[in-house]
Amino acid sequence: MLITCPYCGPRDVIEFTYQGDGNRERPQPNSQDLDAWNAYVYDRLNPAGDHNEIWQHSGGCRTHLRMVRNTVTHEISSTGFARGDHNAVARHKEGGKS
Amino acid sequence: MAERQSPERLSPLEPVFHPGSHGNFEHGVDVILTETRPGSILQLAAWPGAEKQLIDAIRKVTGLALPDGAGGGVAGDGKAVFGFAPGKFTVVDEAEGLASAFSKAVTPAIGTVTDLSHGRTAIRIAGPKAEWVLAKFFAIDFALPAFPIGAGRSTTHHDIFAQIQRTGADQFDIYVFRSFARSFWKALCHASEEVGYEVQ
Ligand SMILES: [Zn+2]
Repeated sequence: MLITCPYCGPRDVIEFTYQGDGNRERPQPNSQDLDAWNAYVYDRLNPAGDHNEIWQHSGGCRTHLRMVRNTVTHEISSTGFARGDHNAVARHKEGGKS
Repeated sequence: MAERQSPERLSPLEPVFHPGSHGNFEHGVDVILTETRPGSILQLAAWPGAEKQLIDAIRKVTGLALPDGAGGGVAGDGKAVFGFAPGKFTVVDEAEGLASAFSKAVTPAIGTVTDLSHGRTAIRIAGPKAEWVLAKFFAIDFALPAFPIGAGRSTTHHDIFAQIQRTGADQFDIYVFRSFARSFWKALCHASEEVGYEVQ
């Protein structure tokens, strides 16, 4: 299985680490909203289909990535930097790496 | 190699570094393995939005102009630079003292300078079978169109993190953690036996 890192290009899945469900919204650190904290820690959509996920290219550029993976087919329909405003996104030319 | 002001750095490869021809070399030596022993190995990182300023600082200090694109790099004149992650670059100089030059050019508003000169070991593999041998280690495309001269790649061989720069059509410089370098070197020698290798 190949995952296309937006910086490194297509790489073997063995270079990547799953960092969890990408749908969670972390409450502010000083939040007293116990329901929000409960949802952050425990609530998961667990869909059979497209799923927003956070991964890290831990065996490569070590960047954190946002991906949509289909939990039934493993098809990855999109990848991008978890930190969305990074200039390096624009530096990558699709198909013409480097 | 530049004149050293500090005590000479010992190579972690020393006990297993055996100059000469090895393996199946009767029909010719197809790869040459060396330790390049640069005086300076730095890692530079730009804060988000300051990438262009960092690239300018690299040009100012080293004279090397980074090409555009992820993993782009350039090597020459005893110096080398390549991108290994978004906004992050490895810079190498055969002379010592590069960190102090960069600590002035890379201001706290631009990013950070990390001196890894004593933390990484630089291994060069060159020759017509260099791609073939490296393809046994790393699951990346070593063909010239996919991995142009000067470009850098970050990847892993069995948890040994490696940064690889192509410094010639059939030449690659590999930067590994110093603590893993001896193990990696031994593996590289084993992998080179079938094609015949020479240690210089
Ligand atoms: Zn990557």
